Amino acid sequence: MIRTMTRGRAAAVIAGAAALSLVLAGCGTSNGGGKGGEAVEKLGENEGKISILAWPALAEDGTNDPSVDWVTPFEEATGCQAEIKTFGTSDEAFSLMKTGSYDVVSASGDASLRMVAAGIVQPVNTDLLKNYDDIYDYLKDKPWNTVDGESYGVPHGYGANVLLYDKTAFPEAPTSWDVVFDKASQNSGKITAYDSPIYIADAAVYLMAHQPELGIENPYSLDQKQFDAAIDLLKQQRAHVSEYWADYLKEVQSFQSGATVAGTSWQVIQNTLDAEGGNTAVTLPEEGATGWSDTWMISSKTEAPNCSYAWLDYIASPEANAAATAYFGEAPSSQAACDFRDDCDVYHAGDAEYADQIWYWTTPIEECLDGRTDVTCVDYAAWTKAWQEIKG
Amino acid sequence: MTSTTTAPPTHRDTTLARRVSSFLHAHPGVRLTLLLTAPLTWLGVVYIVALALLLVTAFWSTDSFTGDIDTSFTLENIVSLFTESLYQTVTLRTLLVAITVTVIDVLVALPIAFYMAKVASPRTKRMLMILVLMPLWASYLVKVYAWRSVLAENGLLSWLVAPVGGDTPGYGVTATIIAISYLWLPFVILPIHAGMERVPDSLLEASSDLGARSWRTLFSVVLPLAVPAIIAGTIFSFALTLGDYITVRIVGGTSQMLGNLVYDNVGSANNLPLASAIALIPIAIIFLYLFIVRRSGALNNL
Repeated sequence: MIRTMTRGRAAAVIAGAAALSLVLAGCGTSNGGGKGGEAVEKLGENEGKISILAWPALAEDGTNDPSVDWVTPFEEATGCQAEIKTFGTSDEAFSLMKTGSYDVVSASGDASLRMVAAGIVQPVNTDLLKNYDDIYDYLKDKPWNTVDGESYGVPHGYGANVLLYDKTAFPEAPTSWDVVFDKASQNSGKITAYDSPIYIADAAVYLMAHQPELGIENPYSLDQKQFDAAIDLLKQQRAHVSEYWADYLKEVQSFQSGATVAGTSWQVIQNTLDAEGGNTAVTLPEEGATGWSDTWMISSKTEAPNCSYAWLDYIASPEANAAATAYFGEAPSSQAACDFRDDCDVYHAGDAEYADQIWYWTTPIEECLDGRTDVTCVDYAAWTKAWQEIKG
Repeated sequence: MTSTTTAPPTHRDTTLARRVSSFLHAHPGVRLTLLLTAPLTWLGVVYIVALALLLVTAFWSTDSFTGDIDTSFTLENIVSLFTESLYQTVTLRTLLVAITVTVIDVLVALPIAFYMAKVASPRTKRMLMILVLMPLWASYLVKVYAWRSVLAENGLLSWLVAPVGGDTPGYGVTATIIAISYLWLPFVILPIHAGMERVPDSLLEASSDLGARSWRTLFSVVLPLAVPAIIAGTIFSFALTLGDYITVRIVGGTSQMLGNLVYDNVGSANNLPLASAIALIPIAIIFLYLFIVRRSGALNNL
C-alpha cells in the first residue's frame, strides 16, 4: 500500500518535471550576434558612473589594500563613480560581458576576438584618447585588439609565459622547452603545466621549432594534423606531469616543496618565490613562448560611453598604468609608465625583440589566423575538448 | 456554520487573532497548506525546476565562437557521453573513488560507532561524539589544503613512514581517496551510530545467554540489525564523493572526476549543455543506487 503510493507520487513528480521541461524548451529562443556598431565620433559630458569588469588586481580601489588604489583618483578627476567586478578566467569575463551590465572590460587575447565576433564590444576611436600615442607600437593594431583595421580597445599590459625551473635540478639554465616536453622523462613526475586549453599553443610553439615539417606558422591557427601533433606531445608530457596549475599560488607552493622542478610560469610567480627565498629562476627559451596582452574594451551596450573613454584614457596614462601593471606583475603599455616603476627591466618592457618572441593568447577560430585559406583550423571548442582528453 | 460549531459559546473575546486561530483550528487542511506552502515551493523551485532545467539544457548546444546557447533539440551531448572514451574513463575513475571511499569509511566507522553506542561510558561517549563532530567545525578547504601539505613530498606523511621505508603516495587518485575518506567520515559514523544505538541491549544479552561469544553476537545480531543504518551512511559518502571536484583539484595531481568535467565545461569551456549532460551521469548513478537500497529500509534511517 505504502509502496504503491510512493510510486504514484514519484510518477507524478516525473510527469510534472517532464511537462515543465517541455514548456521551458518551448520558451527558448535563439538570437544571433551582430557587430558592435560604430565608433564614437566625439565625446560629451561624463555620465557620473561606470561599471568596470576586470582581472583581479587590474582595477584596485583600495578595498583589498588601502595603499593600493588607482581608481579613486580616477573618480575624483572625472566624476565617474566606478563599480568594480573581477573575474577569474577569460571565459567568465566573456559570459559576464554578454549580460551587458558592464561598461568596460579588460580582455585577454583569448576572449577579445570572441567579444568582437559576438558584438558585445564596440570599436574604439583612439583619436579621442590622448594617452594612446605613447603606447608601445608593438602592442597596437594586433589581431587580438584590431579587427578589419578597426581598433577595439587600448592595450593594458603584457607578459610572457616563461619557463620556471629549480636551480638544483638544473644547475645550468635550460635554453629550450624540451625540459618539459621531449626531455621531460629526465624529471618525470616533477613537471607542471598550465591548466587551460590555451596551453595547447605552448606545445605548438615547441613543435614550430622542432618539427618544422608540420609547417606551423602560428600556434593559435592549427589545422587538424598540426593540432593532433600538439595533442600527442601533450599526452606524452602528461605521464611526467605532477599536477596542472591554474591558481598561481599552487605553483608557488609546489616549487617550494620540491614537488615540481620545471614548468610554464609567470614572472610574478618567480618574484613571489624569490621574495620567500626560493631556489628557482625563469628563462625565455629559444623557441619563444606564449604570453598575454590585455586590452581594455568598451561594451556595445554601454550607457556611459564618455566615462568609458575617460577610463580607457586614464588607465593608459603613465602613472595609473604603472601602478596597475606593477601590482599585477606584468610589463606596462608605455615607456612613460616606466618612469613610475623601477622594475621595468625585469619584465623587459620596451624590449621589442623580447616582445616579438611572445605569441600572445588569441582565440583559435575555424578561419586560420595565419592566412591559409585551403584548410580550416581547429576552433576553441575543440581545443577545450582536447584539453579534457589530455588530462584523461 | 463553522463559527457556530467551533467558537466556544462562553467566549466573549473576539479579537482578530482569536478568530483566525479558531478558524485554523476548525480547518486542518488550510492549516497544513499555510504551513507547507513555503517549504514546498522552495523544494519545488530548487530541486524539481533545477533538475528539469538540467535535463532540458542537456539537449541544447552552444555556438563555439560566440558562446550563444542554441536551443534547438540535439542528442549530440548525450551521444558523446556514451561514445567518447574520456567520459567512460572519468566515470569509472569517479565510481572507483566513490566506492573505495565508501568502503574505507564504513570499515573505519563500524568499530567507532559500535564502541560509542554499546561499550563506552556516557562520559566517554560524549567525548567521542565531540571528537567525531569536531572536523565539521573547520572549513572544507582548510582540511583539504591541510591534506595537501600532509601528503606533500617531504611532508608529514613521508616523514612518518620514512622509518619503515614508506613514502607519500604523492598527489593523485590515492591522495584523493585518503582526503575524501577523511572528509566524509563523520557523515558515515553518525547514522551507523544512531542505528546501533537502536539495537536493544536485551538482544545482546539474550545472545550471550544462549552461549554466543561476543564476535558471534556482533556478526549475527548487531551487524544484521545495523545494515539499514550502514547503507544510510554509504549513501552520504557515495553521493558526496560522486559530486566532489574541489578535493581532486587540490590533491588529485593530474586526475579529473566527473565534477571537474562539469566545472570545466561551465567555467572555461562555456558549454552549459555539455556540462548538464555530464551532470546527468552522477544523478543517474545515485538514482540507481537509491533504487537498489530502497528495499533495505535504509531510506528510513537517513
